[in-house]
Amino acid sequence: MRHTTPSEDFIRGIWKENPVLVQMLGLCPALAVTNSVANALAMSAATFFVICCSSVLVSTCKRFIPSEVRISAYILVIATFVTLADMLLQAYAPVQHKELGAFIALIVVNCMILGRQEAFSSKNTVFRSLLDAMGTGVGFTIALVMMGGFREIFGTGSFLGFSLFGPNFEPWVVMVLPAGGFLTLGFILLAMGYIEKRKKMKAETKTKQVAEVTS
Amino acid sequence: MNQENGNKDRIDVDIRVEDSGPAEAADRPAPKEVSTFRLVATLAVAGALAGLLIVMVNLHTKPIIDKYKAEQLKLAVYEVLPGVEHYDTWYLVDGKLSLTLPAGAKESEYKRIYIGRDKDGNAHGVAISRGESGFQDVIMVIFGLDPSTHKLTGMKILDSKETPGLGDKIYKDEAYVSQFFDGPLTPLVPVKAGAGKGEPNEVDTITGATISSKAVIGIINHALEEWKPVLDQGIPKSPASAQAEVAE
Repeated sequence: MRHTTPSEDFIRGIWKENPVLVQMLGLCPALAVTNSVANALAMSAATFFVICCSSVLVSTCKRFIPSEVRISAYILVIATFVTLADMLLQAYAPVQHKELGAFIALIVVNCMILGRQEAFSSKNTVFRSLLDAMGTGVGFTIALVMMGGFREIFGTGSFLGFSLFGPNFEPWVVMVLPAGGFLTLGFILLAMGYIEKRKKMKAETKTKQVAEVTS
Repeated sequence: MNQENGNKDRIDVDIRVEDSGPAEAADRPAPKEVSTFRLVATLAVAGALAGLLIVMVNLHTKPIIDKYKAEQLKLAVYEVLPGVEHYDTWYLVDGKLSLTLPAGAKESEYKRIYIGRDKDGNAHGVAISRGESGFQDVIMVIFGLDPSTHKLTGMKILDSKETPGLGDKIYKDEAYVSQFFDGPLTPLVPVKAGAGKGEPNEVDTITGATISSKAVIGIINHALEEWKPVLDQGIPKSPASAQAEVAE
């Protein structure tokens, strides 16, 4: 458990333990604010900021936090950084802030962030916690941008606001509505499951072949 | 090979989740009882630091946020009152328009209108903002009115959470929005697109966003009803002298 290399700490959150697509954490923002790529990016940036700052602070202070009140302490740390992110976004990216609305404040209850504090930052060094947080943050960003991309391309016919198909494209309005979020997430998970299954089957046939050859 | 690796990893993950309690206890040789005072003190100190940090950032961002909001409002007023040089803000105090608020009053508690002026200080129209429920949430509208002819000069949605793709056409659909800039007579009457009789106070609603587009028309009509007695008293003259007093 303690013999992972720093690069593994970072990579793990991106693909193998991707918070949204594998661990199924933080689904609420992933469904709610991915109706455009710009919103997905703003949400990811805010979450990235919060998870990195929280992980660094929690791993720095882990000695001083009695385990009886650790969860409340983690939530306090996370809530503080979320409030900061909220104010900074409102000041420097007011358009995105208006679009994201209440979901910025709800980053506090994103269990992905609390999960990393409890499972990793509270037991590891500052450097490794930061890498782990960055990996998880990047994984979250990838999942959100993927969903935002699909939904914006089909729902409004554009990507990051640039029109892709010209004026004759009839947008699938359902994709930018909440139902589209569920549909997109469903199809992405389906694809992930399919890839995973194919990989497994390939590995199985390989071992079988190896076994046949050796016998 | 691969499969074995995969299994190992999975077990690894499981352990990590389960062992959080016992492992921690094992790390500390003597699991001693932590005093209640220490628990409270830790959280109190953390809370105080958190509060301090938030206040510091708030001091920095508040002026930027307020400035942006004021700028957005200013832009909106100029947009709904085309051809105005400047405008002044009047508050409704005891049924009369006043440039200043009673001492100690909060600005946000008073209704207000914005009176647009041309170069010579003549009133050129008034802008009124009002919010009412739309389809999803409150729609905030600001619109300009020429009080002498009772015609609208423009309309802008300040804030709305209407359904993307449908209800948001109240500010994204050029054909709908431009109707308010064509100088329709008030009170407005919503009609189905293409079903109007050509009356000067008809506004075509949006197919698929009937509730939202009717809500906007309703907001404007209600605001005008509310402000009619005040506007009928006459539009106050340019407050150049009064403003100078305020500035002092």
